[in-house]
Amino acid sequence: MLKGRHLIDPMDFSIEEINEVLELSQKIIENPEVYAKVCEGKIMGSLFYEPSTRTRLSFEAAMMRLGGQVIGFSEANSSSVSKGESVADTIRTIACYADVAVMRHPKEGAPKVASLYSEIPVINAGDGGHQHPTQTLTDLLTITSVKKRLGNLKIGYCGDLKFGRTVHSLIKALSRYENNEMFLISPEELTIPDYIRTEILERQDISYHEVRKIEDCIEDLDILYMTRVQRERFFNEEDYIRLKDTYILDGEKMKRASDDMMVLHPLPRVNEIAYEIDNDPRAWYFKQAKMGMFVRMGLIAKLLGVC
Amino acid sequence: MMNIDTIANGIVIDHIKAGYGIRIFDYLGLDKVDYSVALIMNVSSKKQGKKDIIKIENEISFDVSELGLIDPEATVNIIQNHKITEKKKLSLPEEVEDVIKCKNPRCITSIEKNIKHVFRLVDTEKGVYRCKYCDEKYSIGK
Repeated sequence: MLKGRHLIDPMDFSIEEINEVLELSQKIIENPEVYAKVCEGKIMGSLFYEPSTRTRLSFEAAMMRLGGQVIGFSEANSSSVSKGESVADTIRTIACYADVAVMRHPKEGAPKVASLYSEIPVINAGDGGHQHPTQTLTDLLTITSVKKRLGNLKIGYCGDLKFGRTVHSLIKALSRYENNEMFLISPEELTIPDYIRTEILERQDISYHEVRKIEDCIEDLDILYMTRVQRERFFNEEDYIRLKDTYILDGEKMKRASDDMMVLHPLPRVNEIAYEIDNDPRAWYFKQAKMGMFVRMGLIAKLLGVC
Repeated sequence: MMNIDTIANGIVIDHIKAGYGIRIFDYLGLDKVDYSVALIMNVSSKKQGKKDIIKIENEISFDVSELGLIDPEATVNIIQNHKITEKKKLSLPEEVEDVIKCKNPRCITSIEKNIKHVFRLVDTEKGVYRCKYCDEKYSIGK
């Protein structure tokens, strides 16, 4: 039963519950008109403490396409936060007005704090470099809609694996399915955090390889998940400049990949995927962005108990 | 060897890893009490080479499990009428509140008011805890 639940960490939902959301999302894709009014009379609180374009718009579009309405703020300066209000107090206030809350916050664990005080479902829309569970649902929906499975996959994660929360969440989620093999492609400075390595991959005996070049594994991959090196996660600009263009996926590298390898990216991209790849049928990242809206529709509808 | 008198009624915390006695002393706030306490450091020990001991001449009560966070190998002996009436082995609690402070500057605990720092045990063998909010790691004895 997903009604009234929070989604803070991708592991908050069981595999069955994730499947429930993915199945509903798939039905919405097939017949959006059937779901166009299921959230009529419902309000979503959109609490964005740091700038975000696609995640925020995707959530807001999702709620509107379900017939619901949206209130909220899109940066901390325009909210009571600038007056020093705590997350706990903000969510208790929003819960008086809205039926579901979506929160993005630069501090890790902020949506978790909100969920402890909230009487309405709280969805984590990204907390610092920590978790981004709805991006994970997006990724899972994209993968399953093409590959028709979430197990028996060889997945390469490339770029900033240290601060890339989308990667952390996706690794956690895909570790729960059988026979997945992970290839972790990053410079030494941006390798996966130790807790993902020891407490997820090693504890669950997931086969994984840490490599430095895309060419080291691209031929074997079913999915290549590219990420951007995020300027905002660096305290030191020099480090950012040195590392930002470590990986560029171009046509030459794609020649070595299989015909059905999917290239995914949570977007926005900077330089890590050459524009020449955009027309390659293996480039799924823009369709993935659309999946993001549908999966958020499915999630909101489930948490509100309207479907 | 230096001698410290035995105590009649109170607590002896023994087998503390050398150097960790002061941490337990501080945690229990023993510098502020008005009864007799002794912190003995670098005592020769067959088992440990060197160890610290704390003797407290008073029947205070404290959460034994939280001491395990500082040194899980230490033992707590309850003394009544000069005799050990109870020996307690320390172990690691599943969850601790406001004992370990999260040091991650990106964690919400660094700015949120009125919030408890909560750490959960994730690896009993290695003594690893994680912040409930941001997953920051804390290893016992490091």
